[in-house]
Amino acid sequence: MSVASETGLRKRQQTGVVSGAWRSIRGEFTDPEKRTAYWMILPTLLVVLLIAAGPILYAIYLSFWRVLPNGQTFIWLDNYVTLFTDSGFWGAAINTVVFTVASVGLEFALGLTIAVVLNRGFVGQGAARAIAIVPWAFPTVVSGIMWRLMYTDQVGIFAYLADQLGLVTGPILANSTAVLLGAVVSDVWKTTPFVALLLLAGLQVIPGDVYEAARVDGATKWQQFTKVTMPLLKPAILVALLFRTLDAWRVYDLFWSMTDRQLDSLSVYTYKFVRISQLNLSVGNAAAVLVFLSSLAIAFGFIKLLGTRAQEA
Amino acid sequence: MNKGFKTPAHAIGFYTVVLIFAFLTLFPLLWVLKMSLVSDTELFASPPTFWPESVTLKSLTAGKCPLVGGIKFPCPENFQTVFIDPIFRAGLANTLVIAGITTIICLTIGSMAAYALARIEFFARRPVLSLVLAISFFPAVAIIAPLFLQFQKAGLINTYWAVIIPDVLFALPLTVYLLVAYFRELPEDLEDAAKVDGANIWQAFFRVTVPLSIPGIVTTGLLTFIYAWNEFLFANTLTLDQQAQPATVVIPQFATTYTTDYGAQAAAALVLTLPLVILVLFFQRKIVSGLTAGATKG
Repeated sequence: MSVASETGLRKRQQTGVVSGAWRSIRGEFTDPEKRTAYWMILPTLLVVLLIAAGPILYAIYLSFWRVLPNGQTFIWLDNYVTLFTDSGFWGAAINTVVFTVASVGLEFALGLTIAVVLNRGFVGQGAARAIAIVPWAFPTVVSGIMWRLMYTDQVGIFAYLADQLGLVTGPILANSTAVLLGAVVSDVWKTTPFVALLLLAGLQVIPGDVYEAARVDGATKWQQFTKVTMPLLKPAILVALLFRTLDAWRVYDLFWSMTDRQLDSLSVYTYKFVRISQLNLSVGNAAAVLVFLSSLAIAFGFIKLLGTRAQEA
Repeated sequence: MNKGFKTPAHAIGFYTVVLIFAFLTLFPLLWVLKMSLVSDTELFASPPTFWPESVTLKSLTAGKCPLVGGIKFPCPENFQTVFIDPIFRAGLANTLVIAGITTIICLTIGSMAAYALARIEFFARRPVLSLVLAISFFPAVAIIAPLFLQFQKAGLINTYWAVIIPDVLFALPLTVYLLVAYFRELPEDLEDAAKVDGANIWQAFFRVTVPLSIPGIVTTGLLTFIYAWNEFLFANTLTLDQQAQPATVVIPQFATTYTTDYGAQAAAALVLTLPLVILVLFFQRKIVSGLTAGATKG
């Protein structure tokens, strides 16, 4: 085939593709069923665009401005410079990282153990499932308050136990390390059962004959777990970890209510700057943009992991 | 009884683990319940009592507390304290209104979107599904500054709408995803029959699909309601006082108002939680299957 006819062919294919695309775009709106579909998603789409996409773009834009009640000035990256030179911001960032790693790590380890143990028929399974869902239903604010009551100096059961065991000297709630640890414990209590339920659902869709085959091949229980269960459970694990990590990363309610706003996470820090003083709104907003971008990075990381796993399978 | 345990020892070991799990899960709830019921002397006792000793039938019926709407029933002292507190009562009423309206809006617009996404093949289907899912990854705190400024301009600060609008946004992914999953499992035959009889898509949706989907819509509505009931960040940012503040915002303030009245704080925490716990236990099978559907289908 000559070069000329080849390019001609390609040109024809391209115009074919273009007019085909045009026809299908028109088809999207002339087909009554498809047109109705667009009307049906319109309100939801408007909510998402007007209340999420719009504001986040506006937040990014605003983060380059100093916003005061009497007007705004463009200040390049000054808000971010202010943030990065504020030790409070770094304190909040460290708290958030420690809290996320510790709570998600513990929730995953415990949740997986519980899921594996419970993954069999037993008398009382329904009751166990019902109990597991109770902490999930708690308002996070309320669970924070409940744990604060249990850590409180005079009446708290955990304050009493920690004191008897000599774990902490002085009030738990006045010790910043102990408070962070307390927040992790509270989050682990609230979310582990939920992680266990998610992983249990993942375990229950693994067909029994895979294990049968592994047994025939002489695999030990531990080999069955590492070579069969874990690879097949990977999608459920990644979904659970993705949601838990993003949830922990934006922690706010728990820190606020458990420590009576003494412990800062990135979200608490942002809130304080946005709401407590009009002068600092822009700096808080820059912190909010950073929370958004870091969440985006975490989500993409997990989705990439999930995507490659799906291709392998 | 013995469902495939190799030996009685296995069974005992297994149930010990299950019981420890159940105990640890329920302990904080039971402990705070105890705190809310016992007398102050017992509350401050050291070492703490394990079983509540000062709670008697007499102490439970000692007082009558006025609940919203003037219904009177016997209740312990700490519950009287919080039920009489006007700010707490206003908070509970605000929570009900905000969560109720959020649920209605989410179900209305979410069910239409879910129907289109579940039933109709159109170009924007996958992008819209991804966009809605992306909202559940979205950190709420990222938009509080712009929302605060915009709502201030619009005069919405300290109104129900200031909380309902962002609540609808963040509850929608759950609503849409649960309903898409539900509608997909519904057989299409009846809708097709209606279309043959001359119904258009709207009519097929409203007259056939919605009535058939009541169980799914109820479960979804319940989860949306729980989300809005528990929401705190937007309420804390965009409301100022008892005119619109829901109970989640009011209760943390009790640490300041009722500094050492730990019993009253415990009672307030329980009042906000017990309705949800009861609802969830009642619908637990449906809720668990709804929530875990995402993990197994990816």
